[in-house]
Amino acid sequence: MCLAIPGKVIELQGEHSLERVGRIDFNGILRDVSVACTPEVKVGDYVLVHAGFSLSIVDEAEALALLATFADEVVHELSPESPT
Amino acid sequence: MKYLDEFRDAAIVQRQAALLHRITTRPWTIMEICGGQTHAILRFGIDEILPPSMTLIHGPGCPVCVTPASLIDQAAFLSNLPGVVLCTYGDMLRVPGGKDDLQSAKARGGDVRMVYSPLDAVELAQWEPDCEVVFFAVGFETTIPGTALAILRAKHRGLRNFSVLSAHVRVLPALQVILQEPACRVQGLLAAGHVCTVTGCGEYEPLAREFKIPVAVTGFEPVDILDGIIECVRQLEQGTAQVVNRYARSVRAAGNPVAQALVHEVFEPVDMEWRGLPEIPEGGFKLRNTFQEFDAAAKFAIPGMTLAKVSECIAGAILQGIKKPGECPAFGHPCTPLNPLGAPMVSSEGACAAYYRYRPQLVEIATQEHRRGE
Repeated sequence: MCLAIPGKVIELQGEHSLERVGRIDFNGILRDVSVACTPEVKVGDYVLVHAGFSLSIVDEAEALALLATFADEVVHELSPESPT
Repeated sequence: MKYLDEFRDAAIVQRQAALLHRITTRPWTIMEICGGQTHAILRFGIDEILPPSMTLIHGPGCPVCVTPASLIDQAAFLSNLPGVVLCTYGDMLRVPGGKDDLQSAKARGGDVRMVYSPLDAVELAQWEPDCEVVFFAVGFETTIPGTALAILRAKHRGLRNFSVLSAHVRVLPALQVILQEPACRVQGLLAAGHVCTVTGCGEYEPLAREFKIPVAVTGFEPVDILDGIIECVRQLEQGTAQVVNRYARSVRAAGNPVAQALVHEVFEPVDMEWRGLPEIPEGGFKLRNTFQEFDAAAKFAIPGMTLAKVSECIAGAILQGIKKPGECPAFGHPCTPLNPLGAPMVSSEGACAAYYRYRPQLVEIATQEHRRGE
């Protein structure tokens, strides 16, 4: 139910904040969703979409940081006590 | 897809599992709150690569499952009124109510339509001005801003034929009730990442302090879920109980203030009956009086309907994480996704439906037991 999918903003339309719509590309499938909850969104951003509206803008640096935590070399050097 | 595929990388998952085995010295019990996480855990077999001493308990985070039977009967009643179009999410159609369900109401001639978004229901109200469009709104904090947005949009457009029957529920009050239960065994929490995109992480702080329980705000892909479990285990092994945001690519510490403001404008907390749980103080959301014209409960004369169904179904214990689906005498026979006795078997995110789909050996055992009993 709380499923939310990241997609890329390719177009923005609408002036009034309640009616602002973004065209989102989900890997080739396009859908118009309300971007009222992420007013700062720009074309090219990835937004997390749930039930027809955007919940948040995906932060690429944070995504890469999490993946880097479990990079091969990092995990191998961890002793059981060492924090990451 | 970007931001999905990288977080399903099998090599990373294997490294995470190895790390988890190295740091785990005691049997820990962790609850994932959200049904979407339960679904992912079973789908990707995450429960099968954990240290054998570890237990995952499936939390109450499936709004379809906890919607009270009486509200489903009310929605079915509304759909059978002349001129009413009842819109809701697809998951709700087959959920058994106390004595009715939406699919049966539709078969009797009720106008029940599945929508992807409450905003689609607003469009429908605009296209069909002679119909009364009622949106049956279910969902947690993730979903509620969409309903608030729909109501505000309908108001902005001057629509008078749109209203909402609210079954919206709040995660935190329910967790409070579950953690207070003497039978509760939960030692660490994976908080539902998508709820936290709206609410932020702060409201878990008092919970972590009161119950001395580590909380990892966690996403929904395998790498995310293992990362959340690792965070909880690290804290449990060290004896700390902090709230840590492990889903920072989507969750900001303070949540989404715009979404919070929309919800606050339209809704207020209300005590709410949850299916399978006792009434939960401030466990739900109702429309504020200032939005009464959009409140289906105020707009239509809906008879009160409460009728508990008696069956072998142990949905309540499943939703509280006290029992697992395989322990239910009805699991697999007679309760199946096509003939669900309880809501956790209906919703694709319900714990019973997830076990039925991804653990066929349990269904086989249930069927054999039934044959032996005959």
